[in-house]
Amino acid sequence: MSKVIGQRVTRYDGMAHVTGETKFVDDQVVPGTLTVKALRSPVSKGKVKNLDISAAEKMPGVAGVITAADVPCNAFGLVPDQPVLVNEDIRYRGEVIAAVAAVDEDTAMEALEKIGLDIEEQQAVLDPLEAMKEGAPQVRPEGNLQIWDGHGYRQVNLGDVDQSFDQADEIVESTHLHPSVEHAPMEPICSLAVPHAGPKLTVYTVSQALYFHLGMLCGILQMEPGDVHCKQWKAKTGSSWRHNTGYADLNYVGGTVGGGFGGKNDIMADHVAALLALKTGRPCKWRWTRAEDLLYSTFRGAWHITIKDAVTKDGRIIGRQMTSIRDAGSYASLNPYVVEKHCYLGAGPYFIPNVRVRGYCVYTNKPPASSMRGFGITPAAFATEVQLDKIADRLGMDPWEVRLTNAFRKGEYTPTKRVLNSVAMIEVLQNLAAKAGVELPGHLKAMASTQERG
Amino acid sequence: MHTLELTVNGQTCRVEVGLKTTLLELLRDKLHITSPKVGCNTGDCGTCSVLLDGVLVRSCITNALSVQGKSVTTLEGITEPGDIHPLQKAFHEHYGSQCGFCTPGMILASKALLDVNPSPTRDEVKEALSGNLCRCTGYVKIIDSVLAAADEMKS
Repeated sequence: MSKVIGQRVTRYDGMAHVTGETKFVDDQVVPGTLTVKALRSPVSKGKVKNLDISAAEKMPGVAGVITAADVPCNAFGLVPDQPVLVNEDIRYRGEVIAAVAAVDEDTAMEALEKIGLDIEEQQAVLDPLEAMKEGAPQVRPEGNLQIWDGHGYRQVNLGDVDQSFDQADEIVESTHLHPSVEHAPMEPICSLAVPHAGPKLTVYTVSQALYFHLGMLCGILQMEPGDVHCKQWKAKTGSSWRHNTGYADLNYVGGTVGGGFGGKNDIMADHVAALLALKTGRPCKWRWTRAEDLLYSTFRGAWHITIKDAVTKDGRIIGRQMTSIRDAGSYASLNPYVVEKHCYLGAGPYFIPNVRVRGYCVYTNKPPASSMRGFGITPAAFATEVQLDKIADRLGMDPWEVRLTNAFRKGEYTPTKRVLNSVAMIEVLQNLAAKAGVELPGHLKAMASTQERG
Repeated sequence: MHTLELTVNGQTCRVEVGLKTTLLELLRDKLHITSPKVGCNTGDCGTCSVLLDGVLVRSCITNALSVQGKSVTTLEGITEPGDIHPLQKAFHEHYGSQCGFCTPGMILASKALLDVNPSPTRDEVKEALSGNLCRCTGYVKIIDSVLAAADEMKS
């Protein structure tokens, strides 16, 4: 008998959670820590004409002020297209232009008011459908569409979709709007950076993606990655995990996250806290307010999805054309990856032999959207399932039967031609029906994933 | 600055606070008691919950000067050091804690309930925890934990 499978296992961090011993980033107490506050853009699009930090820098209690000039490499992200601090072009309301480290919050807030800022406001584009049009205001110099292989969309093609529409008994079309969603973890974005002599810097992070961000942070700071003390690992093994035995400029401490849901997969505070710690030589903590977190942290971007399916009268979907438009906000962050996964999974857990998906990643003058629970698959599933109900309505067929008829069977393949040898969609649906108290007719109960499609 | 005298987890403290200092800032920044969390700072989420003379309050919207002479209990103080309260045991064993950020507030809200109502119904537990948010949405297991603790405390 397995020691783990079928057994209830207590959480290794459970006792610390219930006694209050768990230390989240904000709970790290380092004497002399400065409070960080950020000057954010009041406009969605514009150019910084003048930025004067001299009065703020001279204020008693202010230890340091940073602008784009203080960032060794002011571009990060997977693409990387995002500046840590605005260079000249403002691309969304709330984008960080400068940051202050001061002895307390009141002093930091007062210092922000002393920063001279002149902005030439420009026409913003906030609707992705508008941003796709010719002549729309340009969000980024590279254009408003993410480019894949010379195309302004990610495409997934399988079979002959046009022919499937010729052969269809019915063509069913639908459009789906999925709004943006904020992750809203209980723990807001927070970062604590502590400078010292050994490794130059320790950064306590809320990151859900410690190793991605270690590399990005080293790039921004132009440092070598050093020891990573992953607290999760420490708690399990009692020892720290040496990530890299080379130069040790940066300790990145994470693993204890007060809820993420995909909302902590992008660096949002670590770079600014680190830069201020290096500049002032003192520990710096940047904890976002709940309002900042709701307004300016990453979120699930909105989607506009249209589906056109070729359907036979016995309920088989023989072809699908899907066009999905993602409102990515102003920077790539994880948006291109989100759109790719959306396209791969555009046909859902159903075998459709002819598929044409086009996924557009459209930039607008909004805070950058990013990952959230499913990386683009969730809105694809939402649209697909609503569409299946529409097909059932059109054909006068039981929605269970439409799903079971099209569900993957062993040996069938996805729109990316991945052959599936271990599938259980039919059995999952049969179980769901049983649990929901739905009595399926005999021929649906008799279906199995291992039966070859007739 | 004003000097304030209060009891925190059974110990008498004298601390200097400003007119604007909240009870949450007093606990976290002055006394370094970190189980009450800064979740919203507007009294909406319950992560900062503490007991003030046994009554559940949101420390982020409680002015520090208003607690002069009063007794504050945080999660650290609901048992003797080294002991585990039945609520802590139940939250651990019944998976009432996921990311852990809401857990201190949840346990204190539960304690405030059980102190006045040792045999709550499921609905009474829901009502008592209605001011505490869990974004991991582990509410079913949180309520299970409170009911399990109530059972254990009775036996």
